[in-house]
Amino acid sequence: MSISTTPRALPAGLPAPAVEPLTMPYWDGTRAGKLVIQRCRGCGKFQWGPEWVCHRCHSFELGWEEVAPRGRIWSWQRPHHPVHPALGGFGPYTIVLVELPHADDVRMVGNLLCPPDAPVTIGAEVEAVFEPHDEVHPPYTLVQWRVVT
Amino acid sequence: MTERTLRGKVAIAGIGETTYYRHGQSPDAEFKLALIAILEACRDAGIDPREVDGFASYGNDRSDAPRLAAALGIRDLRFSNMHWGGGGGGVAAAVANAAAAVQSGMANCVIAFRSLAQGQFARYGRGAQAAAAAGDDAFLAPYGLMSPAQRFAMKITRFMTDHGIRHEALRAIAMASYHHAQTNPRAVMHGRPLTAEKYDASRWIIEPFHRLFDCCQENDGAGAVLVVPAERAKDLPHRPTYLLGAAQGGHHRSAAPVHNAPDYASAHFKTVARNMWAMAKLGPQDCDVVQAYENFTGGVLLSLVEHGFVDPGRANEQLVLENLLAPSGKMPMNTSGGNLAECYMHGLEMVNEAVRQLRGTACNQVPEANVVAVLGGPMVTPVSSLVLGTEATL
Repeated sequence: MSISTTPRALPAGLPAPAVEPLTMPYWDGTRAGKLVIQRCRGCGKFQWGPEWVCHRCHSFELGWEEVAPRGRIWSWQRPHHPVHPALGGFGPYTIVLVELPHADDVRMVGNLLCPPDAPVTIGAEVEAVFEPHDEVHPPYTLVQWRVVT
Repeated sequence: MTERTLRGKVAIAGIGETTYYRHGQSPDAEFKLALIAILEACRDAGIDPREVDGFASYGNDRSDAPRLAAALGIRDLRFSNMHWGGGGGGVAAAVANAAAAVQSGMANCVIAFRSLAQGQFARYGRGAQAAAAAGDDAFLAPYGLMSPAQRFAMKITRFMTDHGIRHEALRAIAMASYHHAQTNPRAVMHGRPLTAEKYDASRWIIEPFHRLFDCCQENDGAGAVLVVPAERAKDLPHRPTYLLGAAQGGHHRSAAPVHNAPDYASAHFKTVARNMWAMAKLGPQDCDVVQAYENFTGGVLLSLVEHGFVDPGRANEQLVLENLLAPSGKMPMNTSGGNLAECYMHGLEMVNEAVRQLRGTACNQVPEANVVAVLGGPMVTPVSSLVLGTEATL
């Protein structure tokens, strides 16, 4: 885990995550450099994305817990075609689906910090890189990923 | 207890469509396109449009049933139905919902339709332009994951990697649609053939499995079918085409947020296909033709696998162009050009093509076609599919 000092994965101008009550603990966590995932107080299982109910035991008592910011690449894609004005003239860039073995294998989406032509291997171990966006209001921090070497 | 089924209970008596246009080229408003297709389906069936008493659609179609009923002077609107879910996941479900209304006695004469002049509203291939992304998108859009292609790409990457399926299998799917469009004067891509070289040279939309020709275009137009009780269809002008089986839905948590479906590398037909075949009392081996919705060619691969048409271990051998072509391929597919090359009418054009094959009037006719499957838009939830057959299959 580290606070990023490297350039951001994507150009400025993409949508920011909306501040919503359901997901606030996650975004508070990333601001503090922590990976915090929703966990059911009823059955103890993690789930992602955030929900109002536990899909396993139907408890509404859902808490949040910090988990090790490590995972495995479950799948990936490398978009070339810009789908947003902020991406015009940029790219390709790499999106990964990362499975978190320390959180019941829930999956998260992020960018893989790598050159645009780097090979990507399903199953590769990755670690979180916290990417702050301090200049916007409200500020937020994204979770990006890089391969553990 | 009597068997609860739609098998053989209802028929598609009429099909209609507008001229199909390239994106943004329709001279007519979207609502007018819907009216044209609906009136055409009624004319084809030999039924007075005022007799229509229901409308079923999907994909949040903007031409809503009450407005259609008012515009067409419908005397007695008895069924008005919108199927949840985006894109073409609901194409077969709309037909099935119309069928269920007819079979249950809620209505007698129901139109299932789709109308699209997307350019008069917004583009599918562009992300939302809002400053902040809410809900699921808060965990996706900031990472540049916004378009339909991007929402599905990682399913395809994982499945094809796991099974060693080559991009050439997807190329065959794209080329089959373009091939069939060359003899279909309705097709938007009529006169614009696709060679292997042109495909291979096309630009990446998304690596590793989405070149330009793996992705559907957007088009303008409308399509409609008229669903009536089986008994009534016998007295109408065309050879009846019967609904044999239909199902919609998705397997366990297939719509789980932020790409967390447990069985993720899937088109979401695992249970739907089983339910459809069970109602039809048929399997993939019984089909003479298949219409498989292409939003992206990788989704077609997944649909075909989940409906039992393709074995993932043999996909590289099975998905070669000659196998997919009418009249004599082992599995003639998308025989009018499909979404890729006839028209991206969210699969409604594929229902029309299935009916034409069963009437024997298709432009790429498969001889003696008696059973045709239509696999709706893959990888969304809910998905849907159906099987139609001639009287010989009852």
